[in-house]
Amino acid sequence: MDYINAIVLLLNYIFVPALAYGSQLALGAIFVTLIYGILRFANFATGDMMSFGTMVTILFTWYFQSLGISLGILPTALIAIPFAIIFMVGYMLLIDKFVFKYYRVSKSPPVQLAMVSIGVMFVTQAVVRIIIGPSDRRFFDGEKFLIKAGEFKEMTGLNEGLAIKSTQVITIVVTLILVSALFWFLNKTKTGKSMRAYSDNEDLALLSGIDPKKIVMITWIIAGVLATIGGALYGLDKSFKPFTYFNNMLPIFAAAIVGGIGNPFGAFLGGYVIAFSEILLTYAYKKFFMYLLPESLEPNTLVQLLSTDYKFAVSFSILVIVLLYRPSGIFKGKIL
Amino acid sequence: MRKNLNVIAAYTIMMGLIILVGIFQSWNIALSIFNLCLISAVMTMGANIQWGYAGLINFGIMGYTALGGLAAVLISVDPVQEAWSAGGSNILLSLLLIIGMVLAVRYVLKKYEKSKVRTYIIATIIIAGIIIIRFVSEPGIEAIEEVDPAKTGFLGGFGLPIIFSWIVGALFAGGLAFVIGKVALGLRADYLAIATLLISEIVIAIIKHEDWLTRGVKNVIGLKRPAPYEVNLQQTDWFINLVEKFNLSKLNLITDLTERQAALNQFVIEGSSIFVKLCYSGLFLIVVIILLILTQKALYSPWGRMMRAIRDNEEAANAMGKNVVKQHLLIFVLGSAIVGIAGAMLVTQDGLFTPGSYRPMRYTFLIWVMVIVGGSGNNFGAILGGFVVWFLWIESAPIGLYLVNLTTAGLADTHFLKVHLIESVPYFRFLMMGIGLLLIMRYRPKGILPEKIEIK
Repeated sequence: MDYINAIVLLLNYIFVPALAYGSQLALGAIFVTLIYGILRFANFATGDMMSFGTMVTILFTWYFQSLGISLGILPTALIAIPFAIIFMVGYMLLIDKFVFKYYRVSKSPPVQLAMVSIGVMFVTQAVVRIIIGPSDRRFFDGEKFLIKAGEFKEMTGLNEGLAIKSTQVITIVVTLILVSALFWFLNKTKTGKSMRAYSDNEDLALLSGIDPKKIVMITWIIAGVLATIGGALYGLDKSFKPFTYFNNMLPIFAAAIVGGIGNPFGAFLGGYVIAFSEILLTYAYKKFFMYLLPESLEPNTLVQLLSTDYKFAVSFSILVIVLLYRPSGIFKGKIL
Repeated sequence: MRKNLNVIAAYTIMMGLIILVGIFQSWNIALSIFNLCLISAVMTMGANIQWGYAGLINFGIMGYTALGGLAAVLISVDPVQEAWSAGGSNILLSLLLIIGMVLAVRYVLKKYEKSKVRTYIIATIIIAGIIIIRFVSEPGIEAIEEVDPAKTGFLGGFGLPIIFSWIVGALFAGGLAFVIGKVALGLRADYLAIATLLISEIVIAIIKHEDWLTRGVKNVIGLKRPAPYEVNLQQTDWFINLVEKFNLSKLNLITDLTERQAALNQFVIEGSSIFVKLCYSGLFLIVVIILLILTQKALYSPWGRMMRAIRDNEEAANAMGKNVVKQHLLIFVLGSAIVGIAGAMLVTQDGLFTPGSYRPMRYTFLIWVMVIVGGSGNNFGAILGGFVVWFLWIESAPIGLYLVNLTTAGLADTHFLKVHLIESVPYFRFLMMGIGLLLIMRYRPKGILPEKIEIK
């Protein structure tokens, strides 16, 4: 019995939250890695682009709520996301046309594009804050829990409850669907293949008649989809605050690099690597050991490797270690 | 003279703008803008040395600034005796352990060839070391944090004049840069940027949460000042006489004696804060000028030429027998040390250390906007960038308010759009910075004052 309790404890506090957080990071990391692989620069506006997409989702959610449209037990934001994606893609193509295109055509070094993306970051941040303000916003509605801790205890008769939030399930399911669709697209369709070819060797791709304009446009469209959905899912699960989104850029970068930059599958797994290590290293295992060990051996401290204050620091340290020992990332991306 | 015309013109315009703020808003605001411009200028000089001279991207400016600030705390605050007796020995012991751990790792690195076994040995040393250090330091940390937590709860510092911290801040930042440089300098440009950004976040996390060292988010307030205090000034005779002399014409208009005294008091209060700010301006100006002379000398020295050669063609420079790795490390440390000075100056001016206020937007990206806008590779440009961007950063709120009022003039004061826009005026600074940066990068990619290569 104690063993099951210990496992449920870990499931409840580590596995489920880390899976949801990891999915949100994974979407962002694929976004970073796509931009890096195809447009060839580190996009420092990642976090703010995600917050822009989330903002539009929230505005549409409010609009639908005012009309009285809802999905019952599911959050209204799910209907709002497709509309938000359209706006987001429009915004990204606009930015690309007026900002990034010039540097791409003149073949500027990647550093310059990264600097330009900082300019975009400032502008996007301003736009989001001017439109919706800097405060914390929750836009979740519908049924909050799929399984409540209390119900679970009654059902199984265990001491430990397992609570699963509906947003966590939605996050994981949507991520899986989206990522499988993306990999199908990249691996099976002609456009996807030409995108990979372009990423691999630009000159050769151009020689074989691949249209760079189309590739770039499709990249931005996919990026828009990923940014909006990733941002909206994070906002549904936690809450929307422009500053947090800006900060999320850092673990997202870490995930993309740990997974091997330019490699979408690596980025996908990198998100989970970062999320799990952040949560595993900062969780206090006292209760877990209390279940497993006999009473005489029970720990009297928290058995916490690092305090939760260092959550971000964990992912960055992993990144530093990976950069030192395997600069191309765990799953072989481009060599830096 | 002629070739420096644009430099002189740009600086004259900048000073003119600050003076205009003094005339139209108040001299107090103008001087605080000027002081922060000077601090920003020091930061941009540091970033410019790395980016402009050597082409190294350092997005860790926030970390070095915070370390400089930490130096100001550790130097100037009086030591907390109780805390030292409560947990000082544990902390010192852990410090020794850390040094021992580093030495052990170095020994292993030197003694054995690169192999899997060596990696495992190093990992074991580090993990075991961390566990032992935690056991040693934890009781000490708890004891220290329990000593009067509302006021102290940390070890305090050395109780020296805060000016010394400017040098110590440089040493701290340089030391951190040395470690980061050893680890990360081999990376390609944009990865160096990301790595330094993330490492600076780790530094901030440590400063924020190690309460025994820095009081963390509880902040350290009331640091000693190198300048006189306003309250003391207001009671000093020579100062009151000075203010009286300055404002004689205005005071003579008032005939009633009590009113005249009241007006004089008002002038003295205003004057005292202006005087204190002027003291700071003087100190900062000295630092800026010294750094400017040094960096200019360095730029036109053989060393500066070598740096430019390395920046423009690393392989060729390498082939000429220049040690690129060593020079990169050197310039990384030097630039970061300068940023550390600026961090200490900033805390000195504010008189308080607030780890929560260190955010990458303000302390990393804004500084980079300054470097790019001013002109990378040109010290005068970098300083000018610090001035222009800081000025706009502060003044964009009033400018934004004016623009909002102008564009929404037709709307009623209670119209929701107008109210909303006026509430969001503070965020116009981000918009201005972003658009400014994008425009400069597009149409004047070398900055307002571009780099000039002169052969002297």
